Amino acid sequence: MLRFLVRRVLGAIAVLFAISVLVFLIFNVVPATNPAQRIAGKNATPQLIKNVEKEWGFDKSLPEQYWTQMKLIFTGEVKSYNAHINVDERIVEGIPATASLCIGAAIIWLAFGFLFGYLSAVRSGGWLDRGLTVLALIGISMPVFWLASILLYYFTYKIELFPPSGYEPLSDPGKWFSHLILPWISLAVLFAGFYSRVLRSSMLDVMNEDYVRTARAKGLSQRRVMVKHVLRNSLIPVITLFGLDFGVLIGGGAIVTESLFNIEGVGLFTAEALKQQDFPSIMAVTLFGAFFIVLFNILVDIGYAYLDPRIRLGASAA
Amino acid sequence: MSATPETAPVSPGTGGGPLLEVDGLRVGFATEDGRVQAVDGVDFQLEPGEVLAIVGESGSGKSVTAQTLIGLTRSPNSHIEGSVKLNGEELTTLSEAQLQKVRGRQIAMIFQDPMTSMNPVYTVGRQIIEAIRAHDSKVGKRDAHRQAIELLEAVGIPDADRRVDAYPHEFSGGMRQRAMIAMGLALEPSILIADEPTTALDVTIQAQILDLIQDLNRSRGLATILITHDLGVVAEVADRVLVMYGGKVVERGTLTDIFYDPQHPYTWGLLGSLTRLDQPRPHRLPQISGAPPSLLNLPSGCAFRPRCPHEFGKCKEVPGLEARLPEDPNHRDRCWLTAEQKRRLREVEGRIGLEEPRG
Ligand SMILES: Nc1ncnc2c1ncn2[C@@H]1O[C@H](COP(=O)(O)OP(=O)(O)O)[C@@H](O)[C@H]1O
Ligand code: SF4
Ligand SMILES: [Mg+2]
Repeated sequence: MLRFLVRRVLGAIAVLFAISVLVFLIFNVVPATNPAQRIAGKNATPQLIKNVEKEWGFDKSLPEQYWTQMKLIFTGEVKSYNAHINVDERIVEGIPATASLCIGAAIIWLAFGFLFGYLSAVRSGGWLDRGLTVLALIGISMPVFWLASILLYYFTYKIELFPPSGYEPLSDPGKWFSHLILPWISLAVLFAGFYSRVLRSSMLDVMNEDYVRTARAKGLSQRRVMVKHVLRNSLIPVITLFGLDFGVLIGGGAIVTESLFNIEGVGLFTAEALKQQDFPSIMAVTLFGAFFIVLFNILVDIGYAYLDPRIRLGASAA
Repeated sequence: MSATPETAPVSPGTGGGPLLEVDGLRVGFATEDGRVQAVDGVDFQLEPGEVLAIVGESGSGKSVTAQTLIGLTRSPNSHIEGSVKLNGEELTTLSEAQLQKVRGRQIAMIFQDPMTSMNPVYTVGRQIIEAIRAHDSKVGKRDAHRQAIELLEAVGIPDADRRVDAYPHEFSGGMRQRAMIAMGLALEPSILIADEPTTALDVTIQAQILDLIQDLNRSRGLATILITHDLGVVAEVADRVLVMYGGKVVERGTLTDIFYDPQHPYTWGLLGSLTRLDQPRPHRLPQISGAPPSLLNLPSGCAFRPRCPHEFGKCKEVPGLEARLPEDPNHRDRCWLTAEQKRRLREVEGRIGLEEPRG
């Protein structure tokens, strides 16, 4: 276990390093625009551009620039080109909003994904399964921005059940909750539909396993066979998906939902950074996101070993 | 087809009567390609303490027969007819919840592949404990754990108090099959159904598992239905034998009947292709040529007709399972040949076998 962790953490550092180099190169080599020009503005004099280059270090070599950039990010002093705000501080400020959005949505989508997937599998072929299948497919095919717009229009403007938008801190739980309920639903519907399908098909596979027949042959109740043997052995595909999806979202990937509901989280900041092509911000949010993706990957692998004793962490692939 | 009981019926629970009585069992499955009649009229009785073997090539309906006995083939697309009586109590009409009380407690079942028949995510002990506690929730965890160790010891697993907490993948194939048997014994059932229990194992391990089954049969009076495609296995342990082909019983009799006075050409074929150590290799007869029939499209008349070298005009009619030897009403077969013809035709190269089909 310890060897596994050490190896995975070293691997994660290597991955983050590679990603940072890649993003750095994409922004500094591929589009041959001059960042100093952008910072100085459209009508800047050549002298002003020169000054900006010196001040921001664009006249240095690329490795030097990379080093400076990374140092700034990791010491929390990195400033955005555009508004000159502290990028790290802005990301940290966004974490509570993003975490509230993602954790709440994940609880909803896991609950419904499991419930619907389980019922579908247990009643496979019956009317309940068919109904849930249709429901899941509708959920999967609804674009998030579309669903969010409909919810906002109907519940916020038409019947004014929920407040318009924004994020309210958890210090006022009622407000926090009422501001988040629509974003949670918007984000969760697609995942709930998808996860229920994945769980259903995984369970149907497991139902054909010999050990499920053994479980029935020893006189276990139908429910016990389904929960302890079928469901228990169907979790790996769902856990795999969840690790990836949740890692992406909590790392700032809920861009559409945060933008539409004006939730000032990491996703919204990512959207702004991308729109303004603000290199330091993009670099920082990319590393932030990559960190969570890598982290959840490691957690998923630990989850595998917990779920299936045949997977021993010491021996698993790096 | 009405079965004439081999022993007079007795009231349930008084002992002496058949433990299990199967009458006119038919199991069909609705599939995309049409209806598969996997079992087509199987009758037999199992006496307390005996070992009944069911033999036949793969696909002849042995597993479906066995699983149907404890209701494991029930599903929306299966159709089950006939009767299965345990101590006189009809099982086919029991509810799922009632059947759960029979499974494991009165009739235990073990399967072909011990590698896949245990849940890989739970320890062996936990799976045995689960069986015990499913039937008696009053048994405490610790008691059940101790029982599990005793059961593992009883089936010859060394170091049982340590192995009880190991996972199935930490057991060898033979040990796993022993553990499966231990799980089967947990509730002291009166019947053990073993579906090809040795097929997936090495030859030396096969013999050990058969010894164990025979041992349990003798020491505990555990009536056993042993399913196999290998007559060699049958010769080791069986008291009586059912030979199945195309979902039907084509011959049934005592072990001696089947080995020394076989009446059905299919049985001759199975015997002829039997691996016999007392015969040098070149003298072994080939497998029965041709493939078992598709259950979707069984030949009319005798199902063995396309592969039978002795087929004649009458074989276009379905032969019943009848006693065709006047001196032995319990030895029955489904072949139109006369006893005299059979005695003559089954002699191939000085021993019993099935010659190559003509044409
Ligand atoms: N659930 C099922 N649905 C459709 N066909 C089945 C099902 N179970 C078994 N069969 C068919 O029934 C036939 C007999 O199978 P089986 O009893 O397993 O044979 P055996 O155990 O003698 O090898 C096979 O042709 C098999 O394909
Ligand atoms: S009934 Fe005819 S075809 Fe069938 S086994 Fe006997 S001789 Fe062969
Ligand atoms: Mg079989």
